[in-house]
Amino acid sequence: MAKVFIYPTNSLILSDLVERFGHKPLAMMGKVREKITTVGIDSPPLNITPEDPKLGLKYAAVEVPAGVRGRMSLVGPLIDEAEAAIIVGDAEISFGCMGCARTNELTKYLARKKNIPIIELVYPKSEEEGREFVYSIAEFLKSLPMEEGSA
Amino acid sequence: MSQDDRVNIALLSCGSEYAGIQAELESAAEMVNARLVYPEIDVAILDTIEMDFGLQITSPDLKLMMARTKAVAEGTARVDGVFVASCFRCAEAAIVRNEVRRYIHKYSDVPVISYSFTERTTAGTLLTRMEALTTIVRRKHLLAREHQTGLTAGIDSGSTTTKAVIMRDDKIIGCGWVPTIRVIDSAEKAFEQALQESGVKRDEIQAFGTTGYGRFLIGDHFKAKLVQEEITVNSKGAVYLANKQKGSATVIDIGGMDNKAISVEDGIPGMFTMGGICAGASGRFLEMAAKRLGVDITELGDLAIKGMQKKVEMNSYCIVFGIQSLVNSLAKGSTPEDVAAAACHSVVEQIFEQQLQEVDVKEPVILVGGSSLIEGVPKALGELLKIDILVPLNSQFIGAVGAALLASGYVGE
Repeated sequence: MAKVFIYPTNSLILSDLVERFGHKPLAMMGKVREKITTVGIDSPPLNITPEDPKLGLKYAAVEVPAGVRGRMSLVGPLIDEAEAAIIVGDAEISFGCMGCARTNELTKYLARKKNIPIIELVYPKSEEEGREFVYSIAEFLKSLPMEEGSA
Repeated sequence: MSQDDRVNIALLSCGSEYAGIQAELESAAEMVNARLVYPEIDVAILDTIEMDFGLQITSPDLKLMMARTKAVAEGTARVDGVFVASCFRCAEAAIVRNEVRRYIHKYSDVPVISYSFTERTTAGTLLTRMEALTTIVRRKHLLAREHQTGLTAGIDSGSTTTKAVIMRDDKIIGCGWVPTIRVIDSAEKAFEQALQESGVKRDEIQAFGTTGYGRFLIGDHFKAKLVQEEITVNSKGAVYLANKQKGSATVIDIGGMDNKAISVEDGIPGMFTMGGICAGASGRFLEMAAKRLGVDITELGDLAIKGMQKKVEMNSYCIVFGIQSLVNSLAKGSTPEDVAAAACHSVVEQIFEQQLQEVDVKEPVILVGGSSLIEGVPKALGELLKIDILVPLNSQFIGAVGAALLASGYVGE
């Protein structure tokens, strides 16, 4: 089982696909769940406190806006953990959306910079492209090792 | 304040919750009995909103911000005011923030304030802005007051100085001005000076009004009828002293720690902006420049009038770097006169670059606050805007006068 980072980071479809092929999706939903179920933090709705953008300094310098660093404090550790990555470009908002273009650029860059298996695809515009899209992702996921920690 | 007074403020932001300041925003809103709301939109509008605005952007959250703006402007989202917030140092968000503010102003009369935040932004910083926004919504009747009646006192507890005035039937009969050290002690001293000059006794005062950073503390101390932030109070004070209560006006207030630009229509503040992240555009910079030049702050203006700002390069967001430019210029042989003129020009240029881009500058431009007395400042501002700048008599007492004027609305209650 490989830990697969997905982009857009909150894509339910990508997350589901990764799980179906026996791997662990590294997605924003898990991080947000962790945040909102942690006792003792009180900064609704995401429970991100002023400390989080400081954690984001690991990924972006202090002159990078606080909102980017706050997002990176969630996304950055997912990339650190990743053993493979799926990046989908030009996706519709309903497929998954991270909100901030600068964060998106940095996220994709950090994932690409990591020496891990990556598949990059463009979001399909037709049914035929859609089939090819799912097939490519499936083949990529099948190519990843199933043993834990062996990726 | 009852729940009935609660106002709905639409928070239009591209990610305040990710910057770690959501709790601060909620807390500032709570302090002024406001509720932050998030206008609902049809998701399909996200596909066309860029064409509607004529502005192509890449961040989906900014598209959401524009869609919510449209909902506010069209009235499908019923809100009383709008707070537009985006990250400090984000260029794309800064462009959208400005356009959002203009869009709402053009298509509706909902008051708007915009702010760029960092993770260090606190509820205290946001409070003055949020309070001014809700005051415009809630207290238009009070803001419509054009005359001071009865015997009232206004005290402005500023970051650098505390000012007090006593007014009777539209006339200032006493004033006091002391440095702010201990907030209540300084307010008492300034008030005592005003009492002595006016010849009235403390218990004769019919209503107190307080403003400035220490307004809550001194408001409690003096049992003030009106405790109000300085954006509302100073804009009222400015148009009152300048006798420009009808029609449009722009008020620029350079304070000790921050500065404000407010566009006023018939005496009621509309769009406003308040600086506070960088200190290069504050009176404090002028104080430090005067100190480094070895002159009293009251002499800096005279010195600046004799100098040529163009001979010295100085334009800094930051006090420290500004003083560095000043020291370097002196080391290169620049005259104190030229350096003083450059310091005044630098402050004005910061206000022009940071604040005046966010409000519609309409004449007359009324410059108020202690810095308006430094002659080089109105001169530099006039040169930059290419218009005559109005500095009303007693402009340094603007907050105290505004507070005394508005407090007179409570005389007889």
